[in-house]
Amino acid sequence: MTFFSLARFVAVASKEFLQMRRDRLTFAMVLGIPLMQLIVFGFAINSDPRHLPTALLIQDHSPFSRGLTRAMENSTYFDVTEVISTEAEAHDLIQRGSVQFVVQVPVDFARDLLRGDRPQLLVEADATDPAATSNALASVQTLLDRVLAQELRGPNEWLRSQPPAVDLVVHAAYNPERISQYNIVPGLMGVVLTMTMVIITALAITRESERGTMENLLSTPVRALEVTLGKIIPYVLMGYFQAGLILVAARFLFDVPMVGSIPLLLAVMMIFIIANLAVGITFSTIARNQLQAMQMAFFFFLPSILLSGFMFPFRGMPVWAQHIGEVLPLTHFLRITRGILLKGSDLSMIRPEIGPMALFAAVVLLIGLKRFRQTLD
Amino acid sequence: MRSPDTPPSIDVTGITKIFGSKTVVDRISMRVLPGEIYGFLGPNGSGKTTFLRMLCGLLKPDAGSGTCLGFDILKEPREIKRRVGYMTQRFSYYEDLSIRENLDFVGRMYGIPKRRQAVDEALERLNLKDRQKQLAGQLSGGWKQRLALAACMLHDPELLLLDEPTAGVDPSARREFWEEIHQLAARGLTVLITTHYMDEAERCHRLAYIASGHLMAEGTVAEVVEGARLVTYEISGGNQPELAARLRASDAITQAVAFGSSLHVSGSNRQLMEAVLGHALDPDHRWKEIPSELEHVFIDLMRKEREENKP
Repeated sequence: MTFFSLARFVAVASKEFLQMRRDRLTFAMVLGIPLMQLIVFGFAINSDPRHLPTALLIQDHSPFSRGLTRAMENSTYFDVTEVISTEAEAHDLIQRGSVQFVVQVPVDFARDLLRGDRPQLLVEADATDPAATSNALASVQTLLDRVLAQELRGPNEWLRSQPPAVDLVVHAAYNPERISQYNIVPGLMGVVLTMTMVIITALAITRESERGTMENLLSTPVRALEVTLGKIIPYVLMGYFQAGLILVAARFLFDVPMVGSIPLLLAVMMIFIIANLAVGITFSTIARNQLQAMQMAFFFFLPSILLSGFMFPFRGMPVWAQHIGEVLPLTHFLRITRGILLKGSDLSMIRPEIGPMALFAAVVLLIGLKRFRQTLD
Repeated sequence: MRSPDTPPSIDVTGITKIFGSKTVVDRISMRVLPGEIYGFLGPNGSGKTTFLRMLCGLLKPDAGSGTCLGFDILKEPREIKRRVGYMTQRFSYYEDLSIRENLDFVGRMYGIPKRRQAVDEALERLNLKDRQKQLAGQLSGGWKQRLALAACMLHDPELLLLDEPTAGVDPSARREFWEEIHQLAARGLTVLITTHYMDEAERCHRLAYIASGHLMAEGTVAEVVEGARLVTYEISGGNQPELAARLRASDAITQAVAFGSSLHVSGSNRQLMEAVLGHALDPDHRWKEIPSELEHVFIDLMRKEREENKP
C-alpha cells in the first residue's frame, strides 16, 4: 500500500484552487493587498519629505544671519514660514507642530564669529518622526558651509580654516536606516506574505472543520499528509505569485535597484513562507471558527509589522522590543530581502538571518503538525 | 442472502469511548448481518454519532474490539474506510463546489476507476444531470441529502453508515429515500442508520436503542416492544389534561401522553395500574387496553435509563 497518493494530493490541491477561485473576496484580497500596500507605502508615503516648515529665531541681525536666511529659503528642504525673536515663541511653534525646525542664531553671533570664538548655531528639530527630518538635517551642514564661504572673505578668510568657524548643534534623533521607497517596497514583500500566508491558511483550514467538511474528508481513505500538503501547496504558489507581483512593481514602477541574486531570494523565501504557513496551521488547530482564526492571525501580524523594522527603524526600538523582533521571521526576511536586493548580499552574508528564521519555522511547524494530527484523530 | 453462516458486516463488543470524564459510549456490543437495515435510535447526545465514527475509523475506541466488514476496527481503519460509505449528520460536502465537482472530488479520494462514467451515472440516477454545474450550497435540504447519499455511494461501499439522513427532509422525500435504502439492502448492502422518527424505526429489520451511551434494547420491532413488557391504555372523553396531571403523580403510571383526542397511559404493572385507573377515572371517561407502540417503549426506556443512572 502506498503511503502517499499523488492522485489524492492533486485532488485536494485542485479542489483548493477551485474554492480559491470561487471565493471572490479572498481572491480580491490576495490581489488587492499587495496592490493597495504598494500604492500606500510606495506612493503615498514619502519618507524624504521636503519643504518642511521652518522658523528662524534671529537674535543677532548681521550680514551672516541674512545670508543664512536666504540660503535656507533657497534650499528645497526648508520653507521659512516664521521669523521670530524669542525662545518661548520657538518652543511654542515646535510644540504645536506648526514648524518642523527652529534654527537659532544666538546673540552676538557675528561678533563671536569674527573673533574666532566658534559660536553655536542651534537647530532644533521635531523628531517625533525621525524619518521625516533626517535628510533635511543632513543638509544643514552643507548649507552652513556655503554661507560661511560667502560671508567670510577678505581679512576674515583665515576663519575658514580648521576647526570650522561655527559649531553646529543639532537637537534631533538619529535615524539609523534611511527609509525610502527602495527600502519599503522590498520590505512590503515580507509583510504581504506574512499577511496572506498566516490569515488565509488559518482561514482555509478552519473553514473546513467549521463547515463539517473535514469529517467527510477524513472518512475517505485520504492520509493526513495528503490533506496537509494538498491544502498548503496552493497557498505557497499564491505566495510566490504575490512576491512576483511586488518584485515586478518594485523593478518597473519604483525603479528599486536589484543588485543581488533573485533566485537566491526566491529560494530563501521558501523558508519564510513555511514559517508563516506553520503559524497559520497552528492557529487553525486552536481556532474554533474563522473569526477566531482571523483574530489570532492579527495577533501575530501586528507585532510582525511593528517590531520587525518595517514600520520603524529596528535600532530605534528599545532592547526588549528588539528581542521580540529577533524572534519574528519577518525581521530576518526583511534584512535578507533588503540585503540581497539593495546591497547585493550573497548566501554567506545572509546566513546569520536564515538560521533564526529556519529555527522558528521548525519549532512552529512541529507544534502545528502535532496539533493538526490530533484534530484529525 | 441472510444465511446464518455469512460473516456479520458489523461485529463489535464492549466498545467504549471516554471524552474527558464523560463516558459517551459505554460497552456497546452489536452484530449486524449483510443486507440488514439496522436502526440506531436514542435521544440527542446519547452517543450514536460517536459510535458510528468509531465504526468507520474516524475515532479510536478507548476499550472494546471487533470487526467491520471483516477488518479490525482498531488496526485496519483504512481498509474499512475504503469499503464504508459514511453520511454525516450535517451536510458536509463543499457548498462552494458544484454538484459535479463534489462527486468528482469524492471519486478521486477513493480512486474510483472510470471516474467520469461513475459520476455521470450517479448524476443520472440523481436526476441532476442538467443541474450538475449548480453549486451544492444552492440546493434545498432534500436535494442536498440525495446528493450526499449519492456521494457516499459512489465508491460502491459494502456498508452504509447514515447519521440522521432524513432530519429536516419532507415526508415524500423521506419515503423515496427509504424506498432506495430498501432496494440497496435487497442487493446485499448493509445499512446502519440513526433516526428520531418512529415510522422510520419501524421500517428497519432490526433496531437498537441507546441512551447516555448505554444499549437499552435490541432486536426486531416486535422483540423490542415485547421485551419492554409495557401495558398501555387509551382513555377518551372527560377532562383529559386534569386527569393526565393526576395520573402522572402516581408511581404505577410511568407516562401519560396526549395522542389527539385521547390519552395514552403506560406502566409496567397491570394490577397496580388498573387499581389506580379505577380510582381516578370519572364516569364520562372511557378506557381500553391497546398494544404498546415503539414510541411508548422508547419514552419508557429513556426514563428507565435516567432512573438507573441517577447520581
